[in-house]
Amino acid sequence: MKFTLNWLKEHLETDATLEQVTDTLTAIGLEVEEVSDPAEDLKAFTVGHVVKAEQHPNADRLTVCHVDTGSAVVQVVCGAPNARAGMKGVFAPEGTHIPGTGLDLKATKIRGVDSHGMLCSEREMMLSDEHDGIIELAEDAPIGAPFAAVAGLDDPVIEVAITPNRQDCLGVSGIARDLAAAGLGTVKTPAPAAIPGKFESAVTVSLDFPDDAANACPVFAGRLIKGVKNGPSPAWLQQRLRAVGLRPISTLVDITNYNTMDRGRPLHVYDVAKLTGNIVARLGKSGEKFLALDGNAYEVDAEMCVIADGSGVLGLGGIIGGEDTGCTEETTDVFVEAAFFDPIRTAMTGRRLGIESDARYRFERGVDPAFVVPGMELATATILELCGGEASELVIAGAPPIEERSIAFDSSRVASLAGVDVPPDACAGILTNLGFEVSAPKGAEMAVAVPSWRRDVAGPADLVEEVARIYGYDRIEAVNLPRDDAVAKPTLTALQRRAQAVRRRLAAAGLHEVVTYSFMTKETASLFGGGADALALQNPISSELDAMRPSILPNLAAAAHKNANRGFKAIALFEIGPQYADDTPAGQSLAAAGLRLGSTGRRHWQGGADPVSAYDAKADALAALAAVGAPVDKLQVTEDAPDWYHPGRSAVLRLGPKNPLARFGELHPRVLTALDLKGPAVGFEVFLENVPAPRRREIARAAFAASDLPAVDRDFAFVVSRDIRAGDLLRAVAGADKVHITDVTLFDVYAGDGLADDEKSLAISVRLAPKDKTFLDEEIEAIGRKIVAAAEKATGARLRG
Amino acid sequence: MSDISDLTALESELAAAIGQAADLDALEDLRVRALGKKGRVTELLKGLGRMTPEERQEMGPRLNGLKGRIADEIAARKAALEDAALEARLQGERIDLTLPAPDRPAGSIHPVSQVMDELAEIFADMGFAIAEGPDIEDDFHNFTALNIPPEHPARQMHDTFYLEAPDGAAPKLLRTHTSPVQIRTMMTQPPPLRIIAPGRTYRSDSDATHTPMFHQVEGLVIDETTHMGHLKGTLEAFVKAFFEKDDVAMRFRPSYFPFTEPSAELDIRCSFAGGRVTIGEGDRWLEILGCGMVHPNVLTACNLDPEVYQGFAWGCGIDRLAMLKYGMTDLRAFFDSDLRWLRHYGFSAFDVPGLAGGLSS
Repeated sequence: MKFTLNWLKEHLETDATLEQVTDTLTAIGLEVEEVSDPAEDLKAFTVGHVVKAEQHPNADRLTVCHVDTGSAVVQVVCGAPNARAGMKGVFAPEGTHIPGTGLDLKATKIRGVDSHGMLCSEREMMLSDEHDGIIELAEDAPIGAPFAAVAGLDDPVIEVAITPNRQDCLGVSGIARDLAAAGLGTVKTPAPAAIPGKFESAVTVSLDFPDDAANACPVFAGRLIKGVKNGPSPAWLQQRLRAVGLRPISTLVDITNYNTMDRGRPLHVYDVAKLTGNIVARLGKSGEKFLALDGNAYEVDAEMCVIADGSGVLGLGGIIGGEDTGCTEETTDVFVEAAFFDPIRTAMTGRRLGIESDARYRFERGVDPAFVVPGMELATATILELCGGEASELVIAGAPPIEERSIAFDSSRVASLAGVDVPPDACAGILTNLGFEVSAPKGAEMAVAVPSWRRDVAGPADLVEEVARIYGYDRIEAVNLPRDDAVAKPTLTALQRRAQAVRRRLAAAGLHEVVTYSFMTKETASLFGGGADALALQNPISSELDAMRPSILPNLAAAAHKNANRGFKAIALFEIGPQYADDTPAGQSLAAAGLRLGSTGRRHWQGGADPVSAYDAKADALAALAAVGAPVDKLQVTEDAPDWYHPGRSAVLRLGPKNPLARFGELHPRVLTALDLKGPAVGFEVFLENVPAPRRREIARAAFAASDLPAVDRDFAFVVSRDIRAGDLLRAVAGADKVHITDVTLFDVYAGDGLADDEKSLAISVRLAPKDKTFLDEEIEAIGRKIVAAAEKATGARLRG
Repeated sequence: MSDISDLTALESELAAAIGQAADLDALEDLRVRALGKKGRVTELLKGLGRMTPEERQEMGPRLNGLKGRIADEIAARKAALEDAALEARLQGERIDLTLPAPDRPAGSIHPVSQVMDELAEIFADMGFAIAEGPDIEDDFHNFTALNIPPEHPARQMHDTFYLEAPDGAAPKLLRTHTSPVQIRTMMTQPPPLRIIAPGRTYRSDSDATHTPMFHQVEGLVIDETTHMGHLKGTLEAFVKAFFEKDDVAMRFRPSYFPFTEPSAELDIRCSFAGGRVTIGEGDRWLEILGCGMVHPNVLTACNLDPEVYQGFAWGCGIDRLAMLKYGMTDLRAFFDSDLRWLRHYGFSAFDVPGLAGGLSS
């Protein structure tokens, strides 16, 4: 919403400076977005007096003017036909930026004659499209004075952001009311006077709505004014409209636009000569079309409120009028419309047709229902003043939807809710200044009647806001919340702590955390077990992002792909975030997923840039699980990872058949192809919610017990069938003597010479810790025999010869 | 023999030979020849037995003294030769330590996570727990309960992502703000409540300053006495703590949100001079969050009596907070997973925000 300072002062008697006005606007919730001062932009332009004008010696159409600028007489070559001695024009000296041409003026020679400046046209000043001649100023314009002041352009333009609840401030008068309530002056908006009709309107209006759409247009007022003279509106009106970004069209149209901006009251004018019969407001019928004032043809439907006459649809109620019945310079009889249109229907219609207009903007927020007829009277008065003519009596169909609203208000709520103590009479004063009617005051309590234009005020909390914003949010004292605990208690849930721990563990392991969208393409989602209709977006922002992700991995794959294209060769990414199995809250789970692409590290002169393998993903998954206290030494490894993993190079880490904690492995080559990813690529997914919570949180640790007796390491090389899983052998060995075996590690895997084709050798180191006394050789041998026996029993292993 | 002058000569001869021994072998050879079974000093000592007691009394200490001194000199020479040999060997083992060491790869924490941890830390100190809710929401939690009527523009297709729905069913949607977590919290936990709710939010918007997914954090306090003064105090404390600045110029400006009444926006002073953002001072007011007292209709929708309970709520963009604090200029890069960006703006795993050590290092 834009207006100028002088415009505001037509509604507000005030001595306030521009800065006071703008500061107050923001402080009461009408946020100032921009203040521009045209006088500032036009500073270089001054009144010049052409003291002498001669024919250019070398050009028929040019005049050499001697211009008195107030400080000197300079020579200017001018091409305007109206340049002549004695006139006063707008002078721009060398160096001036000319807004209309975008050029900076330089001293120059035109056809051999020096020119030190310019006499400007309206187009060069960007005041209008007029370029037939230079601007002619009044004879009494003071030489050397700033042009902006002489032309009345020294009027700052203020742009405020009006929140959707404050439709009453979509007119300058409403803004003045708020400012006055804030103590910046007094309102002097004149009340519109009723204009007696001289005759009966030849055009009548009616409403024709089914019962369930009666609110589409509850009141429609009209008036015929005959014998008007339409044409360009007066300069003051054009200037105001231009200042707020509107294009002057003709007096009649300009008056409606002016009322929209001045009072937040949109109107419409019809050329009576172009109407066919009477006017009716009704719902559209499918198939009906009309040509709107914006030059576009629109098709209406049965949900839309249209204004029609005998010929069909003329326009859309509250949104836009029709081209065919619009007023032109030839219009002599005009029919003025002032109506009330339902905000919701107006908004829906405007959205559906994509029409933005000042009228729609106001009607969809809700105009003052009590200002339908007064708005009409106001417009009538201005039309009679500027265009002449005679006004008919009013024709009105329906009645304005005005509801009496009164709120029982305990003004002590201002202190208890807004935290600032405003005495009851001060509260009443503020509310009264805003147009509320306060009655029956009793202590802090009062009855507050809500004015018709405050459609946003429904209860005491709204009144608290009214008082607080006018009294000043800056007068609310900031206080700390009471502190319950001297030392703050921890607030994270177990799952939140897990996410933090895993995040920092994985980053410490060299992976970079990314955050990717929760959606992806449906095709990709279906490669990863997703893509169900229930998780597809109806209105995706692009077809690349049309399904909720069933897994984080594909997004990581896409991210890795982009980084590979940027030249990275050892890529390690992870993300902790949601994945979606269905559209219920329970279907969303928190996963930590990671992906490594290419090699394990940079190429190094000592080696180390090995291709990533499923074991790297296993290490990542185990590190993540260990970080959240999962029992990593008790996990089972099962080869049933889902089919986006390589079937022979992937596994699930689980606690029992029903509780998978993680899965990992190489990505399936088909998935790599589908994602256009050049492997090797390995990934892991850890399901943070599946990790069992510790039964009871013990803060103190178990007593520390470590023996001073030396531990003994013994190595065993077992030969087993190739299909034996090393994990089974290790588990069997570890279980052979649970008292003394403290650690089992596998340090070599061998197949080849010296072994049968279907055999492999697994070399294991076992650490034995004595309990009470140093081991005797026989004891160590006895444990060794148990180990071999256990290995044989579990896996058919024999010691390698 | 056995003349004292002979002994002196012998000692001089041996000492000179020891001093000149070129290597350990030569030294050992010398030791055998002097102190070995048949060494010259050993032979002299053997002669003691044949001497008279008087002679023995004189020559014994002399010969033993000679033996001891020669042994000491041999030991000293041996240590010197060994040192020289070690030195020589070590010189030969010299390596080029300008060669690069193997990588100890360090990953990074995404700025959004880091800022979420900072928020958790600040608000934990003020007694706020972290609440969470689903990303896929329904109409009630995302709109209706928040006093956003069906015809509100935010509900229209161009702002909200809707999921496909079976015929006749109301479509689920992606939450457009973290405010539904307020509703879920109020409906499941009795007051008093102090929570923050950080999380993913979604709006159908995409340009330099908008991405279809972004992060918000919501704050909610509900009890019987909390008023706007507390809101001001809490948010001022938060802003100072978060931006790690004691003097941040701020203003609370009346505004409008359907779910709060009265409503406000918080602006902070800032400057973008020289392409760098400075928070707390400068020529511009920057809006950083929306807030207000929870609307009575919202309380009622959550089965809380607005005559009894009241409190405040606020919400702001986490990505934007990160940008203002750490200086990123393009929101889209947050979700682009560019390793160069992650290394530049990411945080070390060990850079854990805390009140004792500070939020940022």
